[in-house]
Amino acid sequence: MAMTRAAGAKRHSPPPAWRKPVLMGAPLVLLLVAFLVFPVGQLLMLSVHNGQGFTLAPYAQLFASSLYVTVLWITLKISLATTLVAVVAAYPVAYLISIAKGPAKSRLIFWVLLSFWTSFLVRAFAWVVILGRNGVINSTLMSLGIIDTPADLLYGFGAVLVGMVHAMLPLAVMTMLAVMENIDRTLPRAAGTLGARPGTAFWTVYFPLSLPGVAASAIMVFVSAIGFFIVPALLGGRMETMITQLIIDQVQQTLNWGLAGAISVLLLTVVLVVFVLYDRVFGFASLTGESAVVRNRDTAMRRLGGRVLAALGSASDALIGMLPRRHPIRGRSEKPVALTAFVWLLLVLISLPAFLMIPLSFGKGGLAWPPSGFTLQWYQQLLDSPIWMQALWRSIVVAFGTGLLSMAIGVPAAFLMVRGQMRGKGAMLAFILSPIVVPRMIIAVGMFYVFAQMGLVGTVLGLVIGHTVVAVPYVVMTMMAVLRNYDTRLDLAAQSLGARPLAALRHVTFPILGAGMLSSFLFAFATSFDELTISLFSSGGLSATLPKQFWDEVTLQVSPVIAAVSTGLLLFVATLIYVADRLRRRSLAS
Amino acid sequence: MSSSSLSVQGLAKRYGDFVALAPTDLVVADGEFLTLLGPSGSGKTTLLSLLAGLVPPDEGSVRIGSQDVTYAPPYERDIGVVFQNYALFPHMTVEENIAFPLKMRKVAAAEAKRRAREALEMVHLPHIAGRYPRELSGGQQQRVALARCMVYKPSIILMDEPLGALDKKLREHMQLEIKRLHREMGTTVVYVTHDQEEAMTMSDRICLMNAGRIEQLGTPADLYFRPRSLFVADFLGESNILPAALRHRSGDEVEVRLGTLGVPGRALANGNDLPPGAEVRVMVRPQNLTVVRNAANAADGLQGRVSEVMVTGSLTKVYMQPLDRDLPPLVAAFPTRNEADAVRIDDVLTLSWSGRDAVVIADVIADAARAAGTA
Repeated sequence: MAMTRAAGAKRHSPPPAWRKPVLMGAPLVLLLVAFLVFPVGQLLMLSVHNGQGFTLAPYAQLFASSLYVTVLWITLKISLATTLVAVVAAYPVAYLISIAKGPAKSRLIFWVLLSFWTSFLVRAFAWVVILGRNGVINSTLMSLGIIDTPADLLYGFGAVLVGMVHAMLPLAVMTMLAVMENIDRTLPRAAGTLGARPGTAFWTVYFPLSLPGVAASAIMVFVSAIGFFIVPALLGGRMETMITQLIIDQVQQTLNWGLAGAISVLLLTVVLVVFVLYDRVFGFASLTGESAVVRNRDTAMRRLGGRVLAALGSASDALIGMLPRRHPIRGRSEKPVALTAFVWLLLVLISLPAFLMIPLSFGKGGLAWPPSGFTLQWYQQLLDSPIWMQALWRSIVVAFGTGLLSMAIGVPAAFLMVRGQMRGKGAMLAFILSPIVVPRMIIAVGMFYVFAQMGLVGTVLGLVIGHTVVAVPYVVMTMMAVLRNYDTRLDLAAQSLGARPLAALRHVTFPILGAGMLSSFLFAFATSFDELTISLFSSGGLSATLPKQFWDEVTLQVSPVIAAVSTGLLLFVATLIYVADRLRRRSLAS
Repeated sequence: MSSSSLSVQGLAKRYGDFVALAPTDLVVADGEFLTLLGPSGSGKTTLLSLLAGLVPPDEGSVRIGSQDVTYAPPYERDIGVVFQNYALFPHMTVEENIAFPLKMRKVAAAEAKRRAREALEMVHLPHIAGRYPRELSGGQQQRVALARCMVYKPSIILMDEPLGALDKKLREHMQLEIKRLHREMGTTVVYVTHDQEEAMTMSDRICLMNAGRIEQLGTPADLYFRPRSLFVADFLGESNILPAALRHRSGDEVEVRLGTLGVPGRALANGNDLPPGAEVRVMVRPQNLTVVRNAANAADGLQGRVSEVMVTGSLTKVYMQPLDRDLPPLVAAFPTRNEADAVRIDDVLTLSWSGRDAVVIADVIADAARAAGTA
């Protein structure tokens, strides 16, 4: 009986409006406050408070010699050069992916993702093998008779730049792509119908629209580069020491927490200045690929920019005009042949280093190029080594834990950010993304200090918490992108058909969002699996994760087992990407 | 016939095995408003893209004025395109958007600014020059797109479902606006739509397309009153299409057998060589059906039982099932009357029509010819 049921229905007093948003956002906020703000704050405090009272001694030490300022200058120089080269190289790659369709697009994305997820360590180490005295380049040149004695390619600015660009290029491509995918393809065509030649159409219409992507990509690369220590440590000499390496020294060797804090303050200041400038010009929203809108109303600047772009357009049209005009073949749309060739060359170049590990891992000659003979002894050694096996097991456990915890905390927060209606969403988003903004090294050192007091150093729980702090922003970003494409009316439809909110989530929302959630999980999993900075300190001396073990091996003693590990990691990542892609497609097909 | 501003010969486009456009001929007169009408996938947008130079054809040629532009890129054709989603440049102000084509034509900045303002006045939006496209309503964006297209006076303007995103009222308003601008500018317009009412109200001629080819090309009245195929009869307006057999013909006038009934009709050119007894279709518009008062016997008209009556305003639609069960249901439209003598459900009516209004379509033959053509 409809009437009696309606009359008998329980009358809830409406829950307070603040309850739901707080429940959804609080776990993430608490996590970040406890394990990001507090540790980093502690570290920064240590630079002005030595346990007895206020002091500026660390800063006096910092500026007493020119060492630290010089290192900061070198760090900035390397980061800027890396950013410039990586962004310029990434642009054609991202552009080609954004205009490609179907299988061609999937192929391109696969290779970028493969590089993206192949461990930084593996890729940096591959350059050691390529550029070393007995490395690929030297032995090739010597066997060709071009040079007599091996050239010193390693341990210099060039080697560091190559390694850094290689490390950052996939990130630059992926960040740029998010913006380029949203550029309406009819706009350059419309420019064509209005009389713009291809060069002009590109420079005056497409390029300005892609600028937010370029900017987002530049800042992501710059901030990652400035906090990077793997590449300069493995490929650089004394003159390429970066500032994060000094922090490691202070913490691991001299135990000078005050100075470590002071250096962190210096580094953090630089990063924050860069970010504030970025926010002024482009806005943080463009980082998540959302509404890439140029807010530039400064007419003098705009006019100048417009003139420069118009000149670039005319110049490229003149250049195109000088080429012999290709006669369009009947019925075949013109394909950007030169662009495609260039992009594939780049992709081969960024994929190749890691693949060199495969022949080396089966060779008898160790890490010298060219590999000789065939043996499985390195794999045998690897499997027989309890240290490596424990590290592998620990990494898998920690990565699973990180994936689950990041999802449990990040997914509700993403729902809140996309659907919630509240003030201060922008500030909240900036806070959630802050683990990406703050250099990883500062987080790691601060966390180590706090974990040591809490007895979390060397525990799985500590690593899971630490990795979740740095993985959760990616989960929130991925889920936000997924949720923005989700039609919320489906939930309302389910509820109108009698589903309670939780049932609607279970039967409608989650099945549709499944693929997106899986990729978020994998993102978190992979972030943890490759995380070195936090593990470097917090995994303790004996219970290393895989990257930590890898790092210890390559910095202390280099053995061909590393090549076997690298091959295994490469295979693992390739499988992961392939499976994720298959799952995504199947969920879309059904 | 006035000079042609656009002519297309044997133009065709395939994507793999899919024939997007079968070899097509088309001539558009100077200043004409021609609409490409058809269901989705009928080839109308493909034809438009070929005209604009956005995709290269497989065969055939396109001439604009006296110039062969078959393989010319869009920027070398004297055309303007209004895109479905307007394609306004989001990083440029309204004025910069409108001045863009002038800048591409090396018009001096001051002159370009003046002409952009002028164009904005033509679309009644003189006050929004400094705004960005995202700050405009859909209707305003539409007008800006029109202004951007007219400002450089291309000899042909191509429009791809330009009103598709607007609501009904605004759409009707913009239809008038586009007609006015077309009249004032005297430009040739090729207009794509899938909305038949829009096509009827706006066009000098309609080119009705289906499955990658032109079904019929003519004035709206041609297509409406003299459809050459079943597809045209069915696509344009409401119609009753009844299976019949040819009895005999003399010139244009024919008599067909509809069940047991002999009725008059008007034959069309494509049925000239049909033998008596051939299967044909008879098409009658709902508003051309009349009720026979005091029908004496079954031969006076088509008898049927009313199954539904719908008052739609000035017209009342009456759905009925002929008593001869072999015939499909019919719909008739009468002026809405007083309740007293209104038609009611289950009434039995006798309907008839004048021979002028019944079009006999030899669709079987046309279908056979088409089948032979594609095989």
